[in-house]
Amino acid sequence: MDGIHDMGGMHGFGKVEPEKDEPVFHAPWEGRTLALNRAMGYTGVWTIDQTRAGIEALPPQVYLSSSYYRKWELRLENMIVALGLAGADELKAGHALRPGKTLKRKLNAADVANTLSRGSFARPAQTPARFKPGDRVRTKNIHPATHTRLPRYARDKVGVVEAIRGSHVYPDTVAIGEGENPQWLYTVLFDGRELWGDATDPTLKVSIEAFEPYLVAA
Amino acid sequence: MAHDHDHDHGHDYGHDHDHGSELSEMQLRVRALETVLAEKGYIDPAALDAIVEAYETKVGPHTGARVVAKAWSDPAFKRALLEDGSKAVASFGLLNRVGDHLIAVENTPKQHNMIVCTLCSCYPWEVLGLPPVWYKSAPYRSRAVNDPRGVLADFGVKLPSETQIRVWDSTAETRFIVLPMRPAGTEGWSEEKLATLVTRDSMIGTGLAKNPKEAA
Repeated sequence: MDGIHDMGGMHGFGKVEPEKDEPVFHAPWEGRTLALNRAMGYTGVWTIDQTRAGIEALPPQVYLSSSYYRKWELRLENMIVALGLAGADELKAGHALRPGKTLKRKLNAADVANTLSRGSFARPAQTPARFKPGDRVRTKNIHPATHTRLPRYARDKVGVVEAIRGSHVYPDTVAIGEGENPQWLYTVLFDGRELWGDATDPTLKVSIEAFEPYLVAA
Repeated sequence: MAHDHDHDHGHDYGHDHDHGSELSEMQLRVRALETVLAEKGYIDPAALDAIVEAYETKVGPHTGARVVAKAWSDPAFKRALLEDGSKAVASFGLLNRVGDHLIAVENTPKQHNMIVCTLCSCYPWEVLGLPPVWYKSAPYRSRAVNDPRGVLADFGVKLPSETQIRVWDSTAETRFIVLPMRPAGTEGWSEEKLATLVTRDSMIGTGLAKNPKEAA
């Protein structure tokens, strides 16, 4: 979706402000929020792309005015209520008022060490790869109202395939419950001037990781 | 509903503020959520404790720093790392397991690499830990792709004007780590000593490795 999350190239947000000796969490609730998201993800009720779509579904004014973990917390509440895992009345009460549903699995403390590594999103290819390194490609001019990983600044732009990264779960379909639908993933490299115009620093090159359905031959 | 806190109290700009009232609001909200999910039988609070502890004490940029120091010291490891980051890091034995698709990109005098996730906050957690607030912030995500030299200036870094700047937008499940240039004057240093020069920011590409004087 063309949401506020798609920030590449926007102006007006000001300077980057690194924090010296930044703590891992700025308050205990931030760590709890991360852990709650991780533990609920482990139950298998949703995929990583559905959770990204959940953040993107926050109203733009909430997105911009909330800290990172506040967004995670709001997203988690929304998804839990939307899937009927708990009611808004229960979150308000701070206690379960009805029994829970039966979920596929539950994360135990002993298994946490094994969940610190990322899962694999590689899947067997459905078709041979259409592009190879060196091929010129144009990204499509698409504006789906649902989740996509093709950023706005890189739509309808010509770049060069630099690498094939394998066949992966396709975010655009898995996020809307239409299956993993594996697609080839490429690193596509753009000249900065193709993205931002002739006045751009000529030494700039930007790459995105682009799924095959985002690309046509150029 | 979940997002009924509109922040229409006079400072609704895009900053990540964490003033006192929001903190207490969030503490209460998270406590309520955890209680409900635990009572429903979906989560075990002890598992949450273990996750928080792991990120506070075990997972962090010290792992990435050891990987970089080894790559500086061992040409065969460096080749393997640039060829297949996940496999090379796994072979190093610092982590139980390494997720797929970790890609190491090498800084040279000709090219400087910088990593961003313009769409969310994708970051190589296994080797760098959790991302800092600035990495997830609107200023970094918006500017890294069209003004990386301006971003570098915010970090106090100035590169020669002829150096190519390569920005990697992490838009899929591939994850990137920058292999910074080895500082001069470190000939003969042990891997342990070299690792002390490798900052988190140098592995994101918003900084350079420390020189021996800075480290002293």
